[in-house]
Amino acid sequence: MKRISSALLCTLFLFTAFAFRFDDSPNQKLPSVNVKTLDGKVVNTNTFANDGKPIIIDFWATWCAPCKKELNEIMEVYPDWQAESGVKLITISIDDQRNSPKVKPYVDSKGWEFETYLDENQDLKRAMNVNNVPHTFVLNGKGEIVWQSNVYNANGGVEELHAIVNKVAKGEKPE
Amino acid sequence: MLWDLFFLALRFEKVLTENAIPVKKAFVLIPALLTGLISFLSAQTSLNNIAGGQIHGNFELTAQYYIPDSIIGADTVPEKALFNGFSNVTYTNGNFSAGIRYESYLNHLQGYPDGYKGTGIPYRYASYKNDGLEITVGSSYEQFGSGLTLRMYEERALGYDNALEGFRVRYSPHKGIYLKGVYGKQRNFMSYGAGIVRGIDGEINLNELFESRMDSVKTQFIVGGSFVSKYQVDQDPFLVLPQNVGTWSARTNIIRNKVNFFAEYAYKINDPSSSNGFIYKPGEALFSSITYSQKGFGAYLSVLRIDNFSFRSDRTAALQQLQINSLPALTKQHTYSLAAYYPFASQPNGQISWQGELNYKLKRGSKLGGKYGTDLTLNYSAAFGLDTNQLHDENGRRYSYSSKYLSIGDTLFFQDVNLEVFRKFSKTWKATFLYSHIIYNKNALEGKANYPYINADVIVADVIWHVNDKLTLRTDAEHLYVGGKKGHKEDHGNWATLLEEISLGDHYFVAVMDQWNYGNEDPDHRSHYFNVQGGFSKGTNRIVLGYGKQRQGILCVGGVCRLVPASNGFTLTITSSF
Repeated sequence: MKRISSALLCTLFLFTAFAFRFDDSPNQKLPSVNVKTLDGKVVNTNTFANDGKPIIIDFWATWCAPCKKELNEIMEVYPDWQAESGVKLITISIDDQRNSPKVKPYVDSKGWEFETYLDENQDLKRAMNVNNVPHTFVLNGKGEIVWQSNVYNANGGVEELHAIVNKVAKGEKPE
Repeated sequence: MLWDLFFLALRFEKVLTENAIPVKKAFVLIPALLTGLISFLSAQTSLNNIAGGQIHGNFELTAQYYIPDSIIGADTVPEKALFNGFSNVTYTNGNFSAGIRYESYLNHLQGYPDGYKGTGIPYRYASYKNDGLEITVGSSYEQFGSGLTLRMYEERALGYDNALEGFRVRYSPHKGIYLKGVYGKQRNFMSYGAGIVRGIDGEINLNELFESRMDSVKTQFIVGGSFVSKYQVDQDPFLVLPQNVGTWSARTNIIRNKVNFFAEYAYKINDPSSSNGFIYKPGEALFSSITYSQKGFGAYLSVLRIDNFSFRSDRTAALQQLQINSLPALTKQHTYSLAAYYPFASQPNGQISWQGELNYKLKRGSKLGGKYGTDLTLNYSAAFGLDTNQLHDENGRRYSYSSKYLSIGDTLFFQDVNLEVFRKFSKTWKATFLYSHIIYNKNALEGKANYPYINADVIVADVIWHVNDKLTLRTDAEHLYVGGKKGHKEDHGNWATLLEEISLGDHYFVAVMDQWNYGNEDPDHRSHYFNVQGGFSKGTNRIVLGYGKQRQGILCVGGVCRLVPASNGFTLTITSSF
């Protein structure tokens, strides 16, 4: 019991200690981490840009069924979204060396028009504190993370994301 | 505020030491110092009126209350309840970042390795980057090439973590040149391994490096190489063991239009260890993949040959401990429960395996494709042993073996042929169907005698029905048929699974599942594994409460598989990130 209570104390401590900075910190920017393009080029995330328009960053994997459902659903309406808000969707595959060579054939066969990068050893996943996939981030025109979700909502999650992107494009708060 | 943080950091250390939590002193001091450093830096930035740093992190806890059940093999848990939890906290300010992960295993959940004990901060780092140079001290993860020589990574959910404890440097002196170096020990559960690991890796993108001259070259060339060495003192009373073991690799990646070719070859000097039965023989590994893809079509083929290539920073380590490299399993990573019933992990002592996959999209509006098109994925994989000759000394004792490079051994470890079909029928209905035929060599893979090859056929139907804006139903019906020849034991027999997942509104879900081992030879073990889960999720918070039975299963990670025992009881999981 003593052990548990001290463990709880420590956890509590960590949260209170860090809450100081958290409260007055501005919106999070994308951490600067190297990822790879599907043709092997090293790209730093600080080059991710979309001319002041919103960016969606979606973490997924070839073995993650809900991730693929969500992205394929978005693909159907992506041209409309782009026309409306100029949004760009960037997908980050966290597939490791076992499955990463399969990402390009999968993406091409689905005809995805998203920018896709490989995060083979999960450096970006860690830097962005992603627990599980799918995990979706929305960045405003300044490249700040203004919204995130770590679940695929089967009841209109894609429409919800659509509405959020449109709000962010207009400079409004997402929620 | 600066004072507050320092004060809290000191108290934190006091709390930990006074309560004699079994963590090394370093685990205590370093976070305290880090916290101090962080608060110092944040104070500096606010004084300097530079945009302040940021704190972010994530959190996950799983608590399970266990109810014994002798029929399914769920043992009595003395603590009654078990608990795993962790939280990452990361501070970033411009090019500087620092972070810790606080972990608790009080005591670890069933199925987790026993090395995870108590609480502590086994992961903490500080990192700085400037002008293409990035230096990380403390804990870090790294991968060289495809990981044949070095891959340090974590799979939190599965209890795998072989993080580097020491220094990591990454440097890009010129566009197209990427260098990496590591020097340190490896994490071994809540402490460190015995050996020291050091390695360097270089990768050159020729098109980027010679940008002006290769502008018109359509083919892209990337070459790379690595050298990794481990040191461990030899204290063996009988054997003269190499204290320094080196491994090197060379790789290339050639890309032209729709074709992407990758190959890596790695060589290791003799490295007698408990994994290979202390034989003195060099090791080799070759991994290659080629893909061809265009809109609507993708093809993939890969080959992996492994010969005596277990590489650990402690020669006596076993299972998933202290692996320096990682050998991928070239099989489909199944997501459906019964399709993953017989999994495969690469055999580091010797294996030839290959995998092929075709992705094809039947066009929208075509006769076969239907209104929305249909996606087909055909996948085949197989893994065999090497064709070897055992070598014996004059006294008849086996001391090593030789293998033929291009020849395949007689032992089939694993084979899987599967077809997956996804089709959207209407705006409200869509479905995935899977058929998989698996051959599983339980004898060789689990070391269980008297098991011949298990022939398993799995069918899955996963149907989604969007009833309305507030309600979605997902029905997942699965069946596993275990053939087995006459006179042989058919493992645990046939299984049937039915899962009904109900998504309510934007934030709630309920899932009810029954896995029924109706084909078990022993009528007393024809159990129903009934399980119900309910959850809430919003933004990055998720809370799931479950009750019921979970079948015994095999989890594979880092090239090794682990048996997770059956359990019965309540489970609470909370995840969050900020």
